[in-house]
Amino acid sequence: MQQKAEFEQRVQKALNNPQLRRNFRVAMDGLMEKRSNAFPDKEALEALRITGANIRANALVKQPELLEQLEANCTRNGIQVHWAETIEQANRIVLEIMERHQATGMIKGKSMVSEEMELNHFLEAQGNSCIESDLGEYIIQLDHETPSHIIAPAIHKSKQEIAQLFQEKHPDIPYSEDIETMTRSARKILRGKFFEADVGLSGVNFAVAETGTLCLVENEGNGRMCTTVPPVHIAVTGIEKVVEKLADVPPLLKLLTRSASGQHISTYFNMISSPRKPGERDGPTEVHLVLLDNQRSRIYADEELFDSLRCIRCGACMNHCPVYTRIGGHAYGSLIPGPIGSVIEPQKFGLENFGVLPTASTLCGACGEVCPVKIPLPKLLHRLRYEQVRNDHTGATIGQGSQRSTREALIWKLWSWAHANPAVYRGGTRLAGLLRGVVPNKIGPWTRVRTAPKIAPKSLHQLAREEGFENE
Amino acid sequence: MSLAKHYPDRPDKVYFFGTCLIDLLYPEAGLAGMQLIKREGVQVIFPQDQTCCGQPAWNSGYRDETRAVVLNQIRTFPQDYPIVVPSGSCAGMLRHHYPEVFKGRPEAGLVEDFSQRVFELTEFLVHVLKIELRDLGEPTKVALHTACSARREMGVADEHEALLRQLGNVQLVEQARKAECCGFGGTFAVKHPDISAAMVTDKAKAITDTGADQLVSGDCGCLMNITGHMQHQGIGPKGQHIASFLWERTHAAES
Amino acid sequence: MSKARDNILARLRARNAEKAPVDLDRTVESPDWSREERIDRFCKAMRSVKTEVHTVGRENWAKKLAELSKQKKLKNLLYAPAGPLAEPIEAVWRAGEGLPELVTREVEVDGWKEELFFDIDAAVTSTRSAIAEVGAMILWPTPEEPRTFSLVPPVHIAVVEADQLHNTFADAIAAEEWTSGMPTNALLISGPSKSADIEQTLAYGVHGPVELIVLLIE
Repeated sequence: MQQKAEFEQRVQKALNNPQLRRNFRVAMDGLMEKRSNAFPDKEALEALRITGANIRANALVKQPELLEQLEANCTRNGIQVHWAETIEQANRIVLEIMERHQATGMIKGKSMVSEEMELNHFLEAQGNSCIESDLGEYIIQLDHETPSHIIAPAIHKSKQEIAQLFQEKHPDIPYSEDIETMTRSARKILRGKFFEADVGLSGVNFAVAETGTLCLVENEGNGRMCTTVPPVHIAVTGIEKVVEKLADVPPLLKLLTRSASGQHISTYFNMISSPRKPGERDGPTEVHLVLLDNQRSRIYADEELFDSLRCIRCGACMNHCPVYTRIGGHAYGSLIPGPIGSVIEPQKFGLENFGVLPTASTLCGACGEVCPVKIPLPKLLHRLRYEQVRNDHTGATIGQGSQRSTREALIWKLWSWAHANPAVYRGGTRLAGLLRGVVPNKIGPWTRVRTAPKIAPKSLHQLAREEGFENE
Repeated sequence: MSLAKHYPDRPDKVYFFGTCLIDLLYPEAGLAGMQLIKREGVQVIFPQDQTCCGQPAWNSGYRDETRAVVLNQIRTFPQDYPIVVPSGSCAGMLRHHYPEVFKGRPEAGLVEDFSQRVFELTEFLVHVLKIELRDLGEPTKVALHTACSARREMGVADEHEALLRQLGNVQLVEQARKAECCGFGGTFAVKHPDISAAMVTDKAKAITDTGADQLVSGDCGCLMNITGHMQHQGIGPKGQHIASFLWERTHAAES
Repeated sequence: MSKARDNILARLRARNAEKAPVDLDRTVESPDWSREERIDRFCKAMRSVKTEVHTVGRENWAKKLAELSKQKKLKNLLYAPAGPLAEPIEAVWRAGEGLPELVTREVEVDGWKEELFFDIDAAVTSTRSAIAEVGAMILWPTPEEPRTFSLVPPVHIAVVEADQLHNTFADAIAAEEWTSGMPTNALLISGPSKSADIEQTLAYGVHGPVELIVLLIE
């Protein structure tokens, strides 16, 4: 139960930080409004979501074949493909590529998979430098933090906090709270880093099997820098990111940018199909693609949980989540926060470590309602609640049954018995009615912010009888 | 409004599933719901063997324990009458989750037949009974909180509003972020009391800010949460289940 | 790591294939827009993300380029002497006065990376086509007009042909038969580089061009 206590501590810390609460509320309100404006026609949106869900479901069903096709086409195009079962293997692959080029400096575009690999730690421990170039990622790297949101990593910080951080880390730059000025400062600092870097690293939004093409969505241009300027480009991706055809890309792109930030299209959509060809005057001379499994194939085995792999990482589920809005991304303690994080992270890193996350939801359904690829998020959260207390040892999820406590199990057994036996139940409600006068006014944490509910003198069962409503 | 849903013709008889929360804490709401249907000339049957829909155990991951409770409800409503439920949450459990509870099991067919007969109270009043309400009450300002399950699972947010809009003296006011969850979430409020408290605090404030004289909701879980908080803080209007509200305003006291 | 490959594929294939492949209908309906509507949508969408769009004629676009270069006080302008835009640019520059220095570097970027990064003010490139629906240009960089031209200098000036406007991205892929051979790099560009990473507030000019100027040849 340690994970629960730690989770509660982080939640407390977040809830008691008014600045943080304000930052998230304002940001989430803005993101929800932008998304809503980007989809003015609700019927068209629904049709597009169905298309997106089908494209992703199709790609998953055919995943092994598509991965082979992707590998064949990338290889033919000159992209070197590597497979990693674990994050250790993936890190090792990246390191070996760097070593082969005697490279020590990496510039990184935004990649959640590289966060999953904890690549920065790994490479830095080997004496390499790893610089994040996405503005949000750069800010949190300066402050030694992890992302609090998958598309807006520094969303938990206010501009004043960022201005102070810049001043502390770059005292030579004049202090400014002006967002454009701070952005330009980052541009200036990072320009030199792009220029020097030996290796550029990026994630992948969609990997197209049909043509062997890696697609990247971005606004800042840092993704293009990382994949164009250094002599070596390494792309890391989860195996689930493969899609079948190039024609599958436009609908997914439309769903992704509109769901994420309400943009009709991102500033850049960067499609890479090969390293620099003879005669071409720029671009990396080597392009590597690292395909990471890390439990994805285990998730893949379950017919229901399988749907979690459809995710295109837009972040809409967290933007619309009332729990995420209150506690922010760091409270989750997982790499990916919010509803999709509460579904994926326990499956990747075990219910014994992240089992508390699926319970931290009211199952209000806001996430499922906005998911661009119709992942049934509430259903999956619910399924994981079952996985963590089931005791039949037949499921495949890591840490299955780990959250089952004898006490809680007994309570539900008794509860079940009482509600499966009408006579017991009626006896219970009658007794409650009689004892209503002595029910305490304080009942656990409920009454910290609420009055205790009042038991009625007569139950509906009783009233229905008295009013002559028939029993059958 | 879910257009895909098929509604039956007006039946002679219906079953009423009162829900355990109403049974224990808000019986007048259940009674009001039954009276609204009865006034439309439909016989209402309240099987005395009904207990709870099973949602608390289901949402806690205790599936075997849920099944035992579900089977009791299925046994208790054997005839082919519509089953009306004055709660989006419990109706959602009966209609959408029961088939999941028994997926791949021998009882699946039986459960499916049962679930098809389940209707949330307001959708039943609007679409099946095509009820017409005459407001007898004084002018009042009302804020409506629609439960997330009523809105997203049962798709009856419009029906809640449509009924309130039939009342000539009722002015419906809209709170900020009206579709946001109130933070109840059943066992969530107990397992994560601090997050729940933060959510209900915001919800209560949004409702209080409307200046409404009254809060109405189709779900007693939300009501218990929101009004419990407002009472605790000494703020906000009083709350009532939509069935009680509709019945009180349209029912001419017999002299 | 072929062992990893085999293990991953074996695990994926071990799945009980209860879920049948989804029958995907990939036919997409394209909106019925006239040339004018396409132009109008393209300009509106691009301007909404702070792109400076000028509609120009085939005979005068290079003059407009010269005029804008002067106006923006560009010190120099990178262009491709072997590219499709060279002749008109050279003609105007020969005739004009007080224009920014034209820069050409017909060699691999590696040799003059420092100059590209720190000395070049602006670059002008052609485009392959464009998308009306969302307001984006399509570039398939070439040896003459490499990838970094549209990325590194603070100002990017792009010449777009109105006749090359597709309704949608899907239309572009289909009409231009992209599946028959993808280039090293294909790009959609909709505006100057930007970020909303600080307080969700848009700030332009992050790592890519600070200004994007489109000369749309009608």
